[in-house]
Amino acid sequence: MRKKKKQKLNKESTAYFFLSPYLLLFTVFIIVPVIMAIILSFTSFDSVNFPKFTGLKNYITLFTTDSVFMQKVLPNTIKFSLIVGPLGYALSFLLAWMLAQIPHKPRTIYALIIYSPSLTSGVAMTVIWKVLFNGDQTGYLNSVLLNLGIIREPIQWLQSTDYLMPVMMLVALWSSMGVGFLAMLAGVLNINQELYEAGYIDGISNRFQEIMYITIPSMKPQMLFGAVMAVVNTFQTGAIGVSLSGANPTPQYAGQLMLNHIEDYGFLRYEMGYAAAISVVLLLIIYISSKVIYRLLGEKE
Amino acid sequence: MAKLGGSRMNPTRFHKSQIKFFIILTAVAVFMGLPILFIILQAFKPIDELFAYPPKFFVKNPSLGNFKKLFQLMDTSNVPISRYFFNSLLSTGITVLLTLVISAFAGYALSKKKFRTKTVVMEINNLALMFVPAAVMIPKYLITYGVGMIDSFLAHIFPALAMPVGLFLIKQFIDQIPNELIEAAQIDGAKELQIFRNIIIPMTRSALATVTILAFQASWNSVDASTMYISKEKLKTFSFYLSTLTTTGNDVVGQGMAAAATLIMFVPNLVIFILMQKQVMATMAHSGIK
Repeated sequence: MRKKKKQKLNKESTAYFFLSPYLLLFTVFIIVPVIMAIILSFTSFDSVNFPKFTGLKNYITLFTTDSVFMQKVLPNTIKFSLIVGPLGYALSFLLAWMLAQIPHKPRTIYALIIYSPSLTSGVAMTVIWKVLFNGDQTGYLNSVLLNLGIIREPIQWLQSTDYLMPVMMLVALWSSMGVGFLAMLAGVLNINQELYEAGYIDGISNRFQEIMYITIPSMKPQMLFGAVMAVVNTFQTGAIGVSLSGANPTPQYAGQLMLNHIEDYGFLRYEMGYAAAISVVLLLIIYISSKVIYRLLGEKE
Repeated sequence: MAKLGGSRMNPTRFHKSQIKFFIILTAVAVFMGLPILFIILQAFKPIDELFAYPPKFFVKNPSLGNFKKLFQLMDTSNVPISRYFFNSLLSTGITVLLTLVISAFAGYALSKKKFRTKTVVMEINNLALMFVPAAVMIPKYLITYGVGMIDSFLAHIFPALAMPVGLFLIKQFIDQIPNELIEAAQIDGAKELQIFRNIIIPMTRSALATVTILAFQASWNSVDASTMYISKEKLKTFSFYLSTLTTTGNDVVGQGMAAAATLIMFVPNLVIFILMQKQVMATMAHSGIK
């Protein structure tokens, strides 16, 4: 009995031996920051003096007096996420589904082309978009549109309150066919042929039914993984407005998303307590999105 | 009754029913590929073609001028390009390597070991799949400061090592390895680290390749450490340098150099992906969240 217990303990300690480096880094750089954000969000902190407890003041300010947040940042974030997230996700699935129906060689080439924009994700490579969307007539898009006679004067794409957001969405969608897309492609390809045959016998009579009753249910785990990646990607690319327009805040806050608002308050105004409250709200939004997705796509318990 | 699509999944050869897919996919591929092609063409345009009005998409007389200027420019500033590039290579190399070791260790424990907190750890990690590090940039900054990594090369590496997606993919893959294999090795007297090295690592290659790509991409493209944690110019990375290149606005010369620098950033990502794409697809088959 005692020997068995010792053996068990021994086993646990080897498990923790393998787990501990990850656990340590995960705790220090993911869990602790989240907890700190929550704590700081109840304080006033200028990064020099010790944080002062202020209760719910930051949250009250955020939702009642911060008109930029309520009128620009929050609506922008919701609009951006609701369009880029679901649309990018639906596109990844449809592209994966179509790719699965062409032969291997061309599939590999197409998949590579469609995937490669996601390799440029990150702030650094947005510089190239600035050239394409340059505001005067030497900008490529302007030049093409002027030549075709669609517009008469060059458009200040990245400084315009009307166009900055659509450009951001376009760039985000363009680079959103990443890991999630690859997972879904693998998912479609791995569905057992017999499931389809069985489906036809059961009376499935068109492509739409086939997708809804066979394809998607058979690759639910990949659909879920893809959805999770779509959420991460959407909120992660949330900072491109600033790198595209070259300014934080973006022109008249047209492309201001929550990540930029956090940076604005945290690193430009040094109101770190307030910035932390925005972080907490953002984390909550991400958390709720994840709950919704798991509810929709998770395996029924 | 005509057969439906299922029987046409993963076809071995071309059939005219695929034409519609080819048409749509070609259109999408053109849209996705054009900006990439634009970067490549722009990078090789000589100065007079960059200035040309109206701007031309294709390059007539490709030249390496932009690359040369890029290197010269950095030579005249205090920090030479080689330094930025070396910093990027070194930090990315170490980050990828350590991420692999740490995630494979943890994946092995979570997949094949029994311990009390296992389900909790797994659930927290699954939740963290959605974690967006930038959301907590301020506390992360304070912690990096607290552990003394501000203005240290280590700031490029340590804050980026815990990668929930990496652990998740590796764990899913190790789940496929039969327990009998490990038990047999244990009976033969193999030590834990031997089992890890001789069984787990070779059989997890695909997942490791995938995590290599993801970690490489994240680290290589990242500007966070250089913007937030490090103020010493000589410790910053190439990606950071690129992000500062075109802040000057409509500078045409800058455009060419930015394109050249973007290309230098893009190519390693692409090469690594092409080299490992088979393994990636094998990993993705097991990527589902159950």
